[in-house]
Amino acid sequence: MSFRDGPFENLKVPLTWTAAVALILAGAGALLLLLNDKREQLDAKAYGARGAFDAIAAPANGMFAHPVRWVGQASDWVDDYFFAVSENRRLKKQVAELEAWRDAAVALKNINSRYESMLQIRTEPPVPMVTARAVSESRGPFVNARLIDSGSRKGIKVGNPVINEHGLVGRVVGATASVSRVLLLTDVASRTPVLVNRTDARAILVGDGSGNPKLEFIRGKDAVKAGDQILSSGDGGVFPRGLPIGVAAKGLDGSWRVKLYSDRGAVDFVRVLLFEDFAQLVNPEALNAPPLTALNKAAPPPSPELAARIEALHPTPHPGAVAAAQPPAVTLATPRPAATAAQPTATPPKPAAPAAAAPTQGNGGRP
Amino acid sequence: MRGRAVRVVGPLHWIGYPALAVVAATLVFATPVRLFRLPLPEPIFPMVLAFAWPLIRPSMLAPAVLLVVGLFLDLLWGGPMGLWALSLLCAYGVILFARPLIVGQDVRALLGWYVGATILAYALGYVFTAMDVKAAPSLVGAFFQVLVTVLLFPLANNLIERFDDGDVRFR
Repeated sequence: MSFRDGPFENLKVPLTWTAAVALILAGAGALLLLLNDKREQLDAKAYGARGAFDAIAAPANGMFAHPVRWVGQASDWVDDYFFAVSENRRLKKQVAELEAWRDAAVALKNINSRYESMLQIRTEPPVPMVTARAVSESRGPFVNARLIDSGSRKGIKVGNPVINEHGLVGRVVGATASVSRVLLLTDVASRTPVLVNRTDARAILVGDGSGNPKLEFIRGKDAVKAGDQILSSGDGGVFPRGLPIGVAAKGLDGSWRVKLYSDRGAVDFVRVLLFEDFAQLVNPEALNAPPLTALNKAAPPPSPELAARIEALHPTPHPGAVAAAQPPAVTLATPRPAATAAQPTATPPKPAAPAAAAPTQGNGGRP
Repeated sequence: MRGRAVRVVGPLHWIGYPALAVVAATLVFATPVRLFRLPLPEPIFPMVLAFAWPLIRPSMLAPAVLLVVGLFLDLLWGGPMGLWALSLLCAYGVILFARPLIVGQDVRALLGWYVGATILAYALGYVFTAMDVKAAPSLVGAFFQVLVTVLLFPLANNLIERFDDGDVRFR
């Protein structure tokens, strides 16, 4: 006896209702994930489990991307064939303009190096770089990011700036051993401190998912004109100062926007600057660790052998009186002669001498 | 004379394979390449599924698969987790409950519903993103992405015509 011949023949399955229940459960799950998402924090912790997906998605995406890249190369070939003459004229004009700049740069570099040696300035050390290839890209209005095929195995860390041959592209917001995720300047969550090269005015470059991010919080009146060059300001320490970003232009909505230099370059090859910002250089726990925290605390009493060695190095005229006035632990906390050991230990430490502080100022000349 | 074998259309045919095709298409279009100096468009391919599946027939499996595909989009593009999953499920829900009104209408009416569902999904995505990052994404960028997603309607219509068996139990 088949199913349709049985007692369930006329049973009407409430498919719509069961589908609705499944829909509500799936929607609740998605809503919970959305509420718990911490992507906007753009740090290593927020990246979390996404790293495992990226590590798998990158090679899979690379496999799917091969035929598309071939088509892209074919289109480039056709493009070069038809536009070779006009591009040749443009490049000749550009070379003529750049020759004057090259001569000026050589002269300025010579003067600059003399000034640096005369003033004994600690110049910024060269920042090491890693070349990587983008294997995936999202270009939508809500997310602008790329997945690149180099990761922490090559020294890439969260926060590293990413550039191409023309200018700043974005920064690393997630790194696994073999792949990293780069947040582009155009992403709606991207905020970059910049300066206007002509006026040195500061502003924040705010991505909104379009190709040209906005300039907001511009300091100063008439600080920006169309055509002004926009550079990274280095404020906040995330990016080094002076990375070229683009040219200011007035948007259709009346706001100042930036035409990005990086759009002129190849879309797939990038370079990651292994530049470390303040947050990466300074470990907050190390700052709070002894001996600084020990200034307000009593150190543990020395062992008998250590106390004997201290006594041998710094003999006191009246050992019994000093011992009665000051416990041995306090004398250890302030490595001074016994005559000054009785001073209160809560005295703040003296500021470091300029000569001693000078080497710590180097920091690569970073802001 | 031998009779022709009956072709059984299971969930694998109308849910599994289209979902895999959508994932593959998304991966291909995520390639960072420029064709004739222009980047590839970035349509939301799963919108085809969110529109076609509730019209083919109500299913418990379809919302679950749509959730997985939406999460895949969020992970691949690096967006907030659940953004596209929730947006697509909302569009799916509206089409599911409007199903008695839509089924049996001509292609132009279906196109109108598809455009409406696409705009709804993008509007929700826009609101969720704005709430997440506390900044408004570009409306122009969203408009162009809606446009390229609307161009996928023939795929959705093809899927409906291929698997809509007209079973009255699903009306």
